Amino acid sequence: MYAQWIREGKLTPSSDWNKDRKIKFTLQDPCQLVRKTLGDPVAEEMRYVVKKVVGEENFIDMTPNKSNNFCCGGGGGFLQSGFQEQRRAYGQTKANQILATNATYCITPCHNCHAQVHDISTVNDHAWETVHLWTLLNLSLGILGPNERAYLGEDLKEVDVFHPESAM
Amino acid sequence: MGDTAIKIGGARKSVFKDKVMKLLPDGGNLNACLTCGACASGCPATGLEGMDPRKFLRMAALGMDEEILSSNWVWMCSMCTRCMYVCPMQINIPQLVFNARAQWPKEKKPKGITSSCDMALKNDTCSAMGANEEDFQFVVEDVLEEYQESQPEFAEMKADVNREGAYYFLNQNSREPVTEPDEMVPLWKILHLAGADWTYGTKGWAAENYCLFAADNENWEKIVRTKAKAVEDLGCKVWLNTE
Repeated sequence: MYAQWIREGKLTPSSDWNKDRKIKFTLQDPCQLVRKTLGDPVAEEMRYVVKKVVGEENFIDMTPNKSNNFCCGGGGGFLQSGFQEQRRAYGQTKANQILATNATYCITPCHNCHAQVHDISTVNDHAWETVHLWTLLNLSLGILGPNERAYLGEDLKEVDVFHPESAM
Repeated sequence: MGDTAIKIGGARKSVFKDKVMKLLPDGGNLNACLTCGACASGCPATGLEGMDPRKFLRMAALGMDEEILSSNWVWMCSMCTRCMYVCPMQINIPQLVFNARAQWPKEKKPKGITSSCDMALKNDTCSAMGANEEDFQFVVEDVLEEYQESQPEFAEMKADVNREGAYYFLNQNSREPVTEPDEMVPLWKILHLAGADWTYGTKGWAAENYCLFAADNENWEKIVRTKAKAVEDLGCKVWLNTE
């Protein structure tokens, strides 16, 4: 839907903020959204949005990806099942995929993925930040306020802050 | 893996696999395994508890019901369906796992999952974190007002609750209203700029459904029906599940 609104001109994101910074982003394809529901077409739509938001040259795909992507290990209740050690062992497959991209950020457009990918970064020397797509879309629209940056790293905390005086 | 070889104790008749086959279209193709291992080789849960998807399916085929129905592995498979996606026979191993979960007595299922399911059943909000209707409405209105003031460009932004006839009924994971309410706002702004006609509902707003993960069919359905009714009662056209 974000993609449709961008094409219709209702949303006009710009990746200028990242033109000189060249911060690299990768993208987690949520199993529920992609493989289990809408397939590769929605994965392509997500990439369209991500490239508009961070700049095409700053997007690095994981391998494998889209419908063939590895699950992060956050789904199916795994996060709440109490098997933390096994969940992190499962997530290491995903962690290795993310590490191989050398990206600074992993975008996770799914709540479960966000929680899991964030957690497995903590057992991988916090090698990447884990961020919602809505956060970056707001950043690229110039409307991301100071209190909506919980999941941005230090490198982006101060970038194009909307109404910085409202910081809490 | 170096595991000890599986010992088959004579001619055992699989009850569990046959039962699941009756539930699934085309029996879930559960008898069609070519033993190629494409499932296991691309499964992040391979090796946990000495199990993998191929082994699980083969053990089911061999009638080793006791072993597969007592393995914690069913709670470590996220049912992501990659095994089925890469399988040349499209064997529905995730459904075999789901139905294995369903066989567990409730008191033995992981507490984190069953207690979240129980919590969701307490309120019509379906919130696994126990947020009630008043709490949710208060948080949304409070946060909205704060942002309308602090970011005047969004003074006209809306986050309606229970507005009848809105096109989209937006659901919301409990984590934001309960623990990090500011994280709701970026999506509201996007919807505002796009001119989307949307509403929250005090009933059925919570996006999560742990009864599904618990493989508690009766309550899973109950949660879905509660949410669907909430959407229908407001006359919304689209039930929108977000990031």
